[in-house]
Amino acid sequence: MDILSLFVTVPIFTLIALLFAKGLKQVRIISLIGMGIQFVMAINLVFAYFKERAINSDIMVFTQDYTWFKNFNIHYTVGADGITVAMIVLTAIVVLAGVFISWKTEDLPKEFFISLIVLAAGVYGFFISIDLFTMFVFYEIAVIPMFLLIGIWGTGPKEYSAMKLTLMLMGASALLLVGILGIYFNSAGADGVLTYNILDIAKVTIDSDAQKLFFPIVFIGFGVLGAMFPFHTWSPDGHASAPTAVSMLHAGVLMKLGGYGIFRVAMYLLPEGAAEWGNFFIVLAVIGVIYGALAAVRQTDLKYINAYSSVSHLGMVLFALLMMNKTAWNGAIMQSLSHGFMTALFFALIGMIYGRTHTRDITKLGGLLKVIPFISVIYVIAGLASLGLPGFSGFVAEMQIFQGAFQHPDTFHRIASIITVSAIVVTAVYILRVVGIMLMGTIKNEEHLSLKDATWYEKTGIFLLLIPIIGMGMAPLWLSDMITESLAPFIHRML
Amino acid sequence: MDYSYTILIPLLPFITFLILGLGSFKIKPNLAGLIGSASLGTSLILSLYTAYNYFIKVGKVDGAYEAVYAFKTTWMNFTPTLHIDMGILIDPISVMMLIVVTLIAFLVNVYSIGYMKGDTGFTKFFAFLSLFSFSMLGLVLATNLFQIYIFWELVGVSSFLLIGFYYTKPSAIIAAKKAFIVTRFADLFFLIGILLMGYYTGTFDFAELTSADSSQLAEWTSVTFMGMSIITFSLILIFIGGAGKSAMFPLHIWLPDAMEGPTPVSALIHAATMVVAGVYLVARLFNVYYVADDGLALEVVAYVGAFSSLFAAIIALTQNDIKRVLAFSTMSQIGYMMLALGVSGYEGHDGLGYMASMWHLFTHAMFKGLLFLAAGSIIHAVHSNMLKDMGSLRKKLPITHITFLIATLAIAGIPFFSGFFSKDEILLAAHHHNKFLYFVGLFVAGLTAFYMFRLYFGIFWGKEKTYSDKVHENPKSMTIPLMILAFMSIAAGYIPFSKYITADRQGFEGHIDWNMAAIAIATAVLGIALAYVFYKKETNYPEKVTKAFGIFYKWAYDKFYMDELYFFITRQIIFKRISAPFAWFDKKIIDGTMDLIGNTTVKTSEKIKGTQSGRVQDYAMYFIGGIVVITMVVKYIM
Repeated sequence: MDILSLFVTVPIFTLIALLFAKGLKQVRIISLIGMGIQFVMAINLVFAYFKERAINSDIMVFTQDYTWFKNFNIHYTVGADGITVAMIVLTAIVVLAGVFISWKTEDLPKEFFISLIVLAAGVYGFFISIDLFTMFVFYEIAVIPMFLLIGIWGTGPKEYSAMKLTLMLMGASALLLVGILGIYFNSAGADGVLTYNILDIAKVTIDSDAQKLFFPIVFIGFGVLGAMFPFHTWSPDGHASAPTAVSMLHAGVLMKLGGYGIFRVAMYLLPEGAAEWGNFFIVLAVIGVIYGALAAVRQTDLKYINAYSSVSHLGMVLFALLMMNKTAWNGAIMQSLSHGFMTALFFALIGMIYGRTHTRDITKLGGLLKVIPFISVIYVIAGLASLGLPGFSGFVAEMQIFQGAFQHPDTFHRIASIITVSAIVVTAVYILRVVGIMLMGTIKNEEHLSLKDATWYEKTGIFLLLIPIIGMGMAPLWLSDMITESLAPFIHRML
Repeated sequence: MDYSYTILIPLLPFITFLILGLGSFKIKPNLAGLIGSASLGTSLILSLYTAYNYFIKVGKVDGAYEAVYAFKTTWMNFTPTLHIDMGILIDPISVMMLIVVTLIAFLVNVYSIGYMKGDTGFTKFFAFLSLFSFSMLGLVLATNLFQIYIFWELVGVSSFLLIGFYYTKPSAIIAAKKAFIVTRFADLFFLIGILLMGYYTGTFDFAELTSADSSQLAEWTSVTFMGMSIITFSLILIFIGGAGKSAMFPLHIWLPDAMEGPTPVSALIHAATMVVAGVYLVARLFNVYYVADDGLALEVVAYVGAFSSLFAAIIALTQNDIKRVLAFSTMSQIGYMMLALGVSGYEGHDGLGYMASMWHLFTHAMFKGLLFLAAGSIIHAVHSNMLKDMGSLRKKLPITHITFLIATLAIAGIPFFSGFFSKDEILLAAHHHNKFLYFVGLFVAGLTAFYMFRLYFGIFWGKEKTYSDKVHENPKSMTIPLMILAFMSIAAGYIPFSKYITADRQGFEGHIDWNMAAIAIATAVLGIALAYVFYKKETNYPEKVTKAFGIFYKWAYDKFYMDELYFFITRQIIFKRISAPFAWFDKKIIDGTMDLIGNTTVKTSEKIKGTQSGRVQDYAMYFIGGIVVITMVVKYIM
């Protein structure tokens, strides 16, 4: 078994083991072991990647290829570059943290963890695939458990949210399927063989009209998942109803599939389409950035605030991807990672606060710094990271995006960039609003006086997420170098 | 000369922050105070040692003080030419700032041991102080624009944490948020300025920016926008960032409210160090300001500085909270420094304004730090900020009284106190450059003398008030810092600044122009005399004057309604007119459309589900009907 496929097989073995587990204790131990192994493997992958890159000049390493459907030339093909490796580490950390945060799932624990791990397997599979069809299959595997997870373990209007989320994501995958088939039927190279393999398609130049036709289809297909304006509405409702670990995984990892897919499939394979439609989608991305931030200012539900904040932050990823230069792309990947860790941390903390106070309405909360200082202090730190304070990952990512954006001297890009940059002020407003109302001040509810601070498993989950945020923020160079060298084929094909 | 040890100067407070921050629940209060003071004391000693090395031991190389990189490393890459470096730049102004920051921070640490005694967040307070000191030291030592921006933000967040230190107090929360958001709004312009600057010049490095020759400069300034070169444009944007931190009009509104923080914090952050960061930033880039478009951006600096200084001085006349008077006074004095930079030339004696600005920054840090610490001592004793609750305190707080008087004389510009020397040079520089600005400066000097002595007489003279408990002088840990600063408030005037700190780094022989000084002294004495008549004993003059000014007094008392204007813009326009409609639009239009699509699908399927009835006759009907339709269509097409 090759090093990448293990990321899909370990979850499968974990699932099989889970089928025989009884009770919460066994279930969570098995999940912890399975996801712990994944985590160790992800860390190991980083070292293996650097070792492999030292001796191998290919950008895409660890490639493996197995034929799946011969007639349609569908393969199970995997490979990894620096971007993939970074995304896998993100996934491994968020999933492991999610297991810790769900330590006390009383309700149908076995089914819950099974769904969670299926979701994780889908995400891993998506990231390692370099065959469009396999990629699509894994994407579907990741999306379907969401429906169950929200519909069964959710809160509030969970059926409505689950339905809305699933329908919109399914609509998106319909578009994606059309787009992928469109690429497939135009992928004939000199030998006339149609292929789904990204690396092979990248060697041919797809017919210009086809590029212009299929680019927006693929872009929107992935964009829905990346909460692109105006297709973001599933995300606030979905997050609000989802249980904590699902929100974490969803916002932390699943939404990253959108940006990743746009970059690797839509833009990389259809560069002329990207050139044609670039400005149109820049407008949507900029609207998303500022609109998400402004909408977050008015929310009172913690999860809605964070969901709109995600719309804003992920809008910045799309914006950066469309800025068409190395610095901005680097920033886009960094922002994906940074947002993944930060938002997972936020949802974990919100889950802890909700679990204790049974409300997510900030107007009903107050003075939490006094009663649950650990959770509150971490919330402040996460907030500061989210508003782009230097020393945390968000700053590094945003500065690369802005720097990249400012390399375009024309008026359209300048205005778009300035509007995007101004989001940093609005972000400060909605973050400090929550801090001021919920954490500072006096306690509004007498019952909150007896709250207990974070437990050991909650603290473990928090530190798992906090360490990479600080690590990226303090020493960004090695990560940005790793991403930069993986950008070479993209630069070669698109610029 | 190897300056690599200077990395310890910012690093020691940072380590202290980590220790105190992580152990805030376990470390005993007294130990925390001791650790904080010891680490900053060490930094202070290292800073003094650096100054000795830099100015005395090494001295001038080829007739000028060199800019030395003690340490420099790439932190992040953007493009092959643009990258963020982290490093330490040793040059005259950074060495001077090192001394200002470490000295005041050390004294404030010592003072706080007494002032914060018994506070539940004692350890946390010292952790935040250390974080601030680290950030501020990183800021002054920065080698490039992006590094300064990074520490600029960190300074902002430390200020937020310290203003909001009493986090259960609603006014403190609002003040902390306001300070952060207003300065961040200014930082937005700063960031855009940096990005534009980086794009057009291809570097963030101070050394490269300030040493550009004329051909390079012509290339940089060749791109214009609205009749100004983009470089001037970005310099103005960068200045807006500086104006935000330095509380220049109209971005000053956070500073008076920031007085909600503990008083030692006001002394350290909102009087001596952070608020002068804007002045320091302009001084850092002074060469670029001076040469780009013949100093167009510098004119902006001068006028904004002069206006802020006048504006703040007028408001200071009317305020009754002693910390707020001092806050407006700070704003006014920083306006002075900006004014001095704005009227400065570059070479030799022409660079008088630059030298005077830096000198005033130094002396102001001493006497304003002292004023705040003394105010803290008074507040600690009488448990009130309001002038009306104080009076005749000179016997009860003898040390505070004498030190406060020294600082007041220094800020009023009375000869032989430090403020006199630096202020005199500022006025002289303004007189050389622009007579109008000179008169503004002179008028402000008179106002300053008046409102400071109003404060002095109001606190220490006049009628005795009834105090809740026995008022007595504060412990030694609080009075000794006052005495040290009082000494510095005099001594700082005798440092030959013009030899060491000038724009061209070559130094010149400074001297006092006694003719000009006489006018300034006369103005100051006039201000003091008026204050003496008005406030030495309780009289009804103040009321009469207030009545005479009528509506204008009310405006000044209400700070010219700047807060209300901001509230109007944020609450009424941004929240109600922009953000709320956005939220509505999201809920109703976008989401509504999605729901509509969903509901339509559901309803349509409700309608047509009857067709799947399971009865064979129905299916046969549809089948035949279908065939008929298809046949007709095919026929028609054929």
